[in-house]
Amino acid sequence: MARAVGRYEDASESELMRLAATGDSAAFGELVRRNMHRGYRAALGLVGSHDDAMDLSQDAFARALNHAARMDPDRPFYPWFYQILRRLCFNFLRDRANRKRLLDEAGGWIGTDPIVGGSPEHPDVRLSREDARRIVVRAVARLPEVQREVLVLREFEGLKYAEIADLLEIPAGTVMSRLYAARRGLAEALEEHD
Amino acid sequence: MTELGNEHGLERAAELMMRKLDGELTAEEHAEFENRLAEQPELRAEWQRLSRAREVTMGMKLRNPPEEVWDGYWTSVYSRLERGIGWLLVSVGAIIVGGWAVWQWITALVQDTEMPAAVRYSMIALFVGLVILLVNVARHRLSVSKTDPYKDIER
Repeated sequence: MARAVGRYEDASESELMRLAATGDSAAFGELVRRNMHRGYRAALGLVGSHDDAMDLSQDAFARALNHAARMDPDRPFYPWFYQILRRLCFNFLRDRANRKRLLDEAGGWIGTDPIVGGSPEHPDVRLSREDARRIVVRAVARLPEVQREVLVLREFEGLKYAEIADLLEIPAGTVMSRLYAARRGLAEALEEHD
Repeated sequence: MTELGNEHGLERAAELMMRKLDGELTAEEHAEFENRLAEQPELRAEWQRLSRAREVTMGMKLRNPPEEVWDGYWTSVYSRLERGIGWLLVSVGAIIVGGWAVWQWITALVQDTEMPAAVRYSMIALFVGLVILLVNVARHRLSVSKTDPYKDIER
């Protein structure tokens, strides 16, 4: 049965990709197990809803398994998979009904750290953490997809510019310009609330 | 020209501010950034706004789902694949069977000598016309949904 994943726990990623490319679904299952958290979080950052992120990330893995023969075992799995995932998420966001629903529901996908936000070093930060969270969530939901993507990868996933550039297959300069535009959007949203 | 200088100057200033916020500045770039800040009040104001936004988002993180959801994750992925194969087979079967049924119906209609020829050919024309209209409307709706500039406007 294709669901017996455990036997590949010690296999290397390239070995798993090689096996998955030949139709070994248990090997692909192990790749899913290793990348599901990351894939889910990436989708969550892009669409901002737990259920949709779960759905889209699982869909992306199913599509990846469908096209497993195209994987290059000499290159890492996640960047290849991420291209499938982001296309699915962007298509999902381009659907007018989905976009409107997500804007209306924007809320629960970002949480606050118990100790930071409005810290004493910056007395001009007058918003409560919860207010700030709400503003940020709505501002992020309104950003263009490519800006939102870079912002999430940097702010919430903690990737470095070079890693984001590799993942998105764009120059590091483009990463910074998208990030700049996204942060300006957030800054404006925070100012409007003051 | 922009308030932070020309396009190139703005691009460079934006790059330095981003790298400073994310701790990716080299020592040389750091000195360049400090010089720019000292010389350009607009840049200082922009830097303060961005620092504040960064300060606010720094305390935020993506919420994780409950641990239990991961137990059935792979099973669900695999089920999707099975469902996909199922739908593909159903679609292929439906197209072949449907096409065959339509062909049989048209052939029988053409060979039916009891019905007046005008009625038989009218029925075929009606059917073909309906198919053309359906395909045309579907294609139009699909292309409009992709390019409609007013699609985000709520009525």
